[in-house]
Amino acid sequence: MKSALAILSVVAFASVPFWLRDPYLMNALITTGIFIIGAMSLNLLLGFTGQLSLGHIAFFGIGAYVSALTSLGFDVGLPFGFRIVHAPWPPIVGFVLAIVVAGLCGYLVGLLSFRVRGAYFVIVTISFAEVVRLVALNWVELTQGPLALTNVPLMTIGLPGLGDLTLRTKLQNYYLVLAVAVVTYVLISRLVHSHFGRAMRGLMENETLAVSVGIDVTRTLTLAAVISAGIAGAAGSLYAHYIRIIDPEVFAFINTVTMVIMVITGGKGSLAGPVVGGMIFGLLPVFLRPIMAPEAQWIAYGGVLIVILFVLPRGIVPSLALRFAKRRSRPEKAAPVAFSERSVKEHA
Amino acid sequence: MSEFLQHLINMLVLGGTYALLGIGLTLIFGIMNVVNFTHGVLYTFGAYIMFIVVHQLGINFFLALPLAVLAGWLLGAAIELTLLRPLRGSDIDTTMLVMIGAWIAMQSGALWIWGGVAKSVTTPFPEAPLVLGPVSVSWLRLFVLAAAAMLIVVTYLLINRTKLGCAMRATFQDQDTASLMGVNVDLIYTSTFAIGSSLAAAAGALLGPVYVIFPQMGDLAAVKAFAIVILGGLGNITGAVIGGFILALAEELGAGYVSSGYRDAMGFLIIIAVLIFKPTGLFARSERVG
Repeated sequence: MKSALAILSVVAFASVPFWLRDPYLMNALITTGIFIIGAMSLNLLLGFTGQLSLGHIAFFGIGAYVSALTSLGFDVGLPFGFRIVHAPWPPIVGFVLAIVVAGLCGYLVGLLSFRVRGAYFVIVTISFAEVVRLVALNWVELTQGPLALTNVPLMTIGLPGLGDLTLRTKLQNYYLVLAVAVVTYVLISRLVHSHFGRAMRGLMENETLAVSVGIDVTRTLTLAAVISAGIAGAAGSLYAHYIRIIDPEVFAFINTVTMVIMVITGGKGSLAGPVVGGMIFGLLPVFLRPIMAPEAQWIAYGGVLIVILFVLPRGIVPSLALRFAKRRSRPEKAAPVAFSERSVKEHA
Repeated sequence: MSEFLQHLINMLVLGGTYALLGIGLTLIFGIMNVVNFTHGVLYTFGAYIMFIVVHQLGINFFLALPLAVLAGWLLGAAIELTLLRPLRGSDIDTTMLVMIGAWIAMQSGALWIWGGVAKSVTTPFPEAPLVLGPVSVSWLRLFVLAAAAMLIVVTYLLINRTKLGCAMRATFQDQDTASLMGVNVDLIYTSTFAIGSSLAAAAGALLGPVYVIFPQMGDLAAVKAFAIVILGGLGNITGAVIGGFILALAEELGAGYVSSGYRDAMGFLIIIAVLIFKPTGLFARSERVG
């Protein structure tokens, strides 16, 4: 039943370009899709391990910079007279490197920041993102600083039998983002339902108990951080080759907050949550733009985040699932919904 | 050497206001266990109150500081009553996210009302700095240091010598026992948040005229405040004061001898280093949730 819904959604999303011709809306959908991928990766940490990482944009930004620099090439001096000269490589290599480097950063950050929990974890992750932003701003030789990396090449994909395909149109980019989003969704879904996923959720619900049954906390959390950072890096790479200009503002805290709002609104710990929340908050600016100034929009976002937390603290998807499960459970025994087992139990 | 002395003077001025920021946050964090993301907005708010009082209402510069403190107190109390009181007992992540929502809304509100153009406040102090041998310091900065020192002393006395302060300390140690002893915990929470907010507003009102005033000025201030709290240890006022001066020194030396571009990175690096190597803070006596 759930997989039918998922397939239906994919078909619906795939059909969008056939009836939607407006380039502005297509653009909004593509950037929304990229942010949804980021939000899904954030949800892996926030929703399934319970760690609120507020530095998530760092991995997105690192992915964007790595991918852009790989495909643009650079020539940078290092201390002690070393120089690195890098000739441009194809964007697809940049995409892969973005995942690898972001994942590595996720490993390092995870190793260091999982020593602390709660508020301290949040503050360490924020600090990490800000340090990365300041490096991007000040290492002008590599990143051009505030002048931004411009003319980032378009994404090129080698297709078997068709040769290289350069993604020039919005249509092509839309399908690329959709494909990556679907792969991400499936990957996270498999992960969450695996042994590893149960370990993660065990940790979230009761760390002491999880340790006592033999779950390796640091290993589980670090692995989750690596995967999450790698996916965010992939999203950043897509962003770099679609927008084609990257400046240190990509690391702005407000971008992390956008992802957090998407996850919280849709429902953390729910696979579909970030997609639903992402569609709402990704497309809301499109509809609010004619009637509200951008500042007023942000006031509204802040307000919506507060209201959601007060009224619907579980988020939209789990609340709906709960209602659905309750209705079905009346005649017979409760059918547990996979991702909200805990919430069902709490309510029962 | 004279350059180093100049850095020390600047450190004293900066450190005083950082200490104010840190004390406010460490009280809120320590007593209420709330990660207060609106702290930076209160700082911005204090600076704008300074601007409004001096330039739009034309009232005396020296009267603007107490007015900013009062306004910060009221806004802080309002935030606590509307957002935090209903959330009492919910997990720390939820309050944290609500405070992020409040911060986004309030900062965008400031941008909406006052616009993004930076504003500066004219002060009654002479342009020429006070020259003491090899170093010089402007009269405005001296006033900032004096006012900050005065506010730190007042806060210290409030916490350590008054009945309210005693109740706050009791609540910090054990909320339930304090409640059993007749402490009105709700009132303590509101007072704590209001006092912390008024200190942030005071810091903004003091540093606003030194630099320029713009809606996002509080973001960095908030992070610095977090760095100070982490340095000094949770709920530790003396630690917050020392942490404020250490951060100011690190920034001055970092900007002077490394690169001015990384000045603001110092706070973050301190946070990361302290949490990795000594997560209880430099001056912690009691244990802390790690």
